[in-house]
Amino acid sequence: MTTISIRDVWKEYDDQVVLERVSLEIEPHAFVLIVGASGCGKSTLLRMLLGQEQPSRGEILIDGTPLPPEPGPDRGVVFQRYSVFPHLTVRENVTLGLEFGQAPIAGRLFGGARKRAIAEAEHYIELVGLEQAMDKYPSALSGGMQQRLAIAQALITKPKVLLLDEPFGALDPGIRADMHELVIKLWQDSKMTVFMVSHDLSEAFYLGTRLITLDRRRNRPEERERYGASITHDIPITRRRENRHRGIKLAEGDVL
Amino acid sequence: MFLALLPFALVIAVYAFGSAERLAVNPNDKLLPGWTSFVDAIDRMAFQPDKRTGNYLLWTDTYASLVRLFAGVASATLFSLIFGICIGILPIMRATFAPFIAVIAMIPPLAVLPILFIVFGLGETAKIVLIAIGVAPFITRDIALRVEEIPREQIVKAETLGANSWQIITRVVLPQIWPRLIDSVRLSLGAAWLFLISAEAIASQSGLGYRIFLLRRFLAMDVILPYVAWITLLAVIIDAALRLFQKRAFPWFAGGRS
Ligand SMILES: Nc1ncnc2c1ncn2[C@@H]1O[C@H](COP(=O)(O)OP(=O)(O)OP(=O)(O)O)[C@@H](O)[C@H]1O
Ligand SMILES: [Mg+2]
Repeated sequence: MTTISIRDVWKEYDDQVVLERVSLEIEPHAFVLIVGASGCGKSTLLRMLLGQEQPSRGEILIDGTPLPPEPGPDRGVVFQRYSVFPHLTVRENVTLGLEFGQAPIAGRLFGGARKRAIAEAEHYIELVGLEQAMDKYPSALSGGMQQRLAIAQALITKPKVLLLDEPFGALDPGIRADMHELVIKLWQDSKMTVFMVSHDLSEAFYLGTRLITLDRRRNRPEERERYGASITHDIPITRRRENRHRGIKLAEGDVL
Repeated sequence: MFLALLPFALVIAVYAFGSAERLAVNPNDKLLPGWTSFVDAIDRMAFQPDKRTGNYLLWTDTYASLVRLFAGVASATLFSLIFGICIGILPIMRATFAPFIAVIAMIPPLAVLPILFIVFGLGETAKIVLIAIGVAPFITRDIALRVEEIPREQIVKAETLGANSWQIITRVVLPQIWPRLIDSVRLSLGAAWLFLISAEAIASQSGLGYRIFLLRRFLAMDVILPYVAWITLLAVIIDAALRLFQKRAFPWFAGGRS
């Protein structure tokens, strides 16, 4: 079980303060939803958790130790787009994570190791419901299927933390509802902590166990550069949990 | 299909008409020879051994030219692939070499040809180097751009899957560059032919370009025109072969483009 501590983290680009005084203690197996206005620094926060960028001040601890300064296999990610590799089939896309880990020089597995890796990959592909599309290339998949693939691909390294940056932002509402069921199931069946950025409050309340809102406390134009966004609300969500376990869906647009 | 053939048929018809007109006035006219002269010339060049050397000239010329073309384009491609990927991936390499290559690309390669002849002599090396120098800057820059085009998300994604830099190059970058490299080579083949024929025209004892420029002195249109048609055909075949190979070997690429 993984705990994450974000301690007084600031992020500045040149002279612009994007985030300031962000502190969070994340309990094990949380499903954290991050919402906020466009440009307020949600993706920036996620990139810091990923290790793609470093905080300007403050520190992020994962299970008590500082986060490594680069992305690694214990933190999986799904972006809104471009998360899968266009030159690999569904099966190859998911197997890739195992090959990277087990074959540092060749980058490929052979013989029995390869068979075992493929069998494991196929298990994850079935988990996300893509077993019909094993040999297809991403260009032949719909947007929803591509995101399912990206999730399977991220899960195969068994990450402690899964980071989702508006993963369903580009999908139709019906498909989005299917994806919600999928991530809830995958999260429940695992021990991982999930961080997900969303623009949709009903989605956030439906999925999350905890809702974080980011906003600037000062928003006058002349202050924009010097004051960053920070956490304005930190809401534990319990009300919907029973509903979720019974699989009752919130109506579309049912906010709060 | 029929519409595509129409312009070809038109050109042939106009030629046949013009040729017949001129031959009616002067049966020895050399400028627009008739079909029988072409058949004779092709037979002589392709199927009869040359009296002086005993070679079948069309085939020895074709062989000599294709070897040079292939050697030049292949060495340029290899260089450009390695260098282009380095420039595309490593910011230091980009900062150091991108302006340099942009300037090198501006040098008209034919202006360098005398230098190549002086340095490498009049043999094969100078011609191959001319072709390589002529097309390498273009392919290098194209490959560097294509590498930079790979979304940052993919690289980060690979890192979260535990990839090291070497694995990112061999399993994420390189496989996506191959089909684009083929596109790049196809685009530069026209220039490669230009440099090949120029070099052969200036200093050579064999090759398609050499033959054309040699026969120019005798106004031997009956050989020159079939040679030009043959060069065109070769260029079309090479292009089609590359395209076919790209489609077969990289099915994901065609799917992603449409
Ligand atoms: N590499 C960078 N260099 C400079 N400024 C940056 C960089 N990355 C982000 N920013 C700035 O940081 C701010 C926050 O960006 P971020 O992408 O985190 O916003 P976001 O909350 O994810 O927005 P959206 O909802 O539109 O995705 C923006 O003003 C952006 O211009
Ligand atoms: Mg964002």
